[in-house]
Amino acid sequence: MSAVTTGRPKQNREAIYLFLPALLPILLFSVYPLLRGLALGFTDAKAGLHVQTNFIGFGNFSKLLHNDLFWSSFKIGLIWTLSVTILQFVAALGLALLLNTNLRFRGVARTLALIPWAMPPVVVAIMWRLLLHPTNGPVNEILQNLHLTDHPINFLGNFSTALPAVIVVGIWVGMPMTTVTLLAGLQGIDRSLYEAAAVDGAGGWHQFWNITLPQLRTVIVAITSLDMIWNFNSFGLVYVLTAGGPGGKTMLPMLFAYNEAFRYGNFGMAAAMGDVMVVIIIVFLAFYLRNRLRSQA
Amino acid sequence: MSRQRLGTAPATRAAQYVAVVCYLIFLGFPLLWLISTSLKSPQEFASIDPSFLPKHPDFSNFTDALEEQGLVRSMLNSLQVSVASTVLVLIVSLPVAYALARFRSRLRPITNGWILVSQVFPVILIVIPLFMILRPLHLTNTIPGVVIVYTVWSMPFALWMLQGYVAAVPRELEEAASVDGASRVRTIVSIVMPLLRPGLIATAMFTFISAWNEFFFALVLLQDPQLKTLPLVLARFVGAEGQVQFGPLAAASVLATVPSLVFFAFLQRRLTSGLLSGAVKG
Repeated sequence: MSAVTTGRPKQNREAIYLFLPALLPILLFSVYPLLRGLALGFTDAKAGLHVQTNFIGFGNFSKLLHNDLFWSSFKIGLIWTLSVTILQFVAALGLALLLNTNLRFRGVARTLALIPWAMPPVVVAIMWRLLLHPTNGPVNEILQNLHLTDHPINFLGNFSTALPAVIVVGIWVGMPMTTVTLLAGLQGIDRSLYEAAAVDGAGGWHQFWNITLPQLRTVIVAITSLDMIWNFNSFGLVYVLTAGGPGGKTMLPMLFAYNEAFRYGNFGMAAAMGDVMVVIIIVFLAFYLRNRLRSQA
Repeated sequence: MSRQRLGTAPATRAAQYVAVVCYLIFLGFPLLWLISTSLKSPQEFASIDPSFLPKHPDFSNFTDALEEQGLVRSMLNSLQVSVASTVLVLIVSLPVAYALARFRSRLRPITNGWILVSQVFPVILIVIPLFMILRPLHLTNTIPGVVIVYTVWSMPFALWMLQGYVAAVPRELEEAASVDGASRVRTIVSIVMPLLRPGLIATAMFTFISAWNEFFFALVLLQDPQLKTLPLVLARFVGAEGQVQFGPLAAASVLATVPSLVFFAFLQRRLTSGLLSGAVKG
């Protein structure tokens, strides 16, 4: 179906009737908050019974620029987003290629693949806290049995290991969805391309670079740009894993903004942080939209 | 499949199996560990040399978890919130999804834009104004308040899924009905809805799971311990580390995951294709 809008009056009118029940709730609880949220960053709004907000221009932003925690949360947010997205993508691509061959437990692997994605993030966090527990967790147990370490490591509690540990969990959660998406993309590739290439004597590696990757391009750009946005916005998982600690080493932008708003009551400041996040997201989104428009053209 | 020709070298094959097994371990081990912990006694959990499988599996952690009043109440809260928002989402979304799939109105690009924006917008920007709107209405810290928020914020995805299902219903059937003199509403109710049933079920389950799993809005909007949903109560358990009982915590986590598992048992295949047609084609 083409996305051309030919605003036919009759169709418009009928569509409006069908939209009516949804219109008020969407305007009141979605569109208005979206716009109000963007605007709040330019005010001094505080939590409190009677919120009096004054326009203060870029005041919050200049305060953010001088806040070390803002810069570090930003840096951590980017490290987290890029590491999780890229590593999970590479793993997922390898896996999707595997699952696309006629292996045995393919069905099992595929079903299993989506469970982490549907689990409550809080449960995923609890599960990984059990796994990474310094004294009772199996990960430490295995590492010590393999003599890779002689003392238990408090993965989530150490300055140097907390962020990598959290990233591993992020990959665990995100990989399944990426894999299944890539798998669908792989199955959409015309087989005759490979047959033709094989006749021309192209080996597996050649076929991968010259057929698989180019054919998957649209899917790859779509899923990685969305993954980046989702990862950049993520909250619950890390909140339960580390709450941003130890010493702010896993303080993602959303955690920073949440603390600002609901711990210290600085609504305006938190919204300003949200505004900064929107700017970053627009960059990620631009890739996605450009790709989508091109694939529709 | 695609790159494989008939005679894949045995070494390659072996490497592939090793890779798949690694992957199954990476994905499956955490889940198995959670389940195994939920079946272990406190002594066994605390043993210096934890074993993978419980030596004397029993369900006492589950009964302990269920005796925990806060936990049962939070499950009932979650159930209420999830059922109510699922029903509301379906009622409100179905006509919109129908309009999106069938009419070329000006609302279509606007709605699709809204769907995309709402999926990528940082929730912090939404939750603060929502908090400010709901408070004067006395809806913060109430179940109805959370239901409203979940309903509106599950709609984008529900619309995304439902649009696709509506588009798959052959138009000819509707045209036939309208030739027979049926009104638009009548056509939707008696022709489209029955054919949409699998799609409605899939969308309902998806909405239910999102509400069941949701953490952020609930964290901000619900303070009263009586009203907290399951994810909030589970998270609070972990926060109180030291006196935390890992066995019952693992058991409660397993229970919290049951809806997702049921969901998959039902619609593994359909779900993936549905999500993907949305994600890739848009």
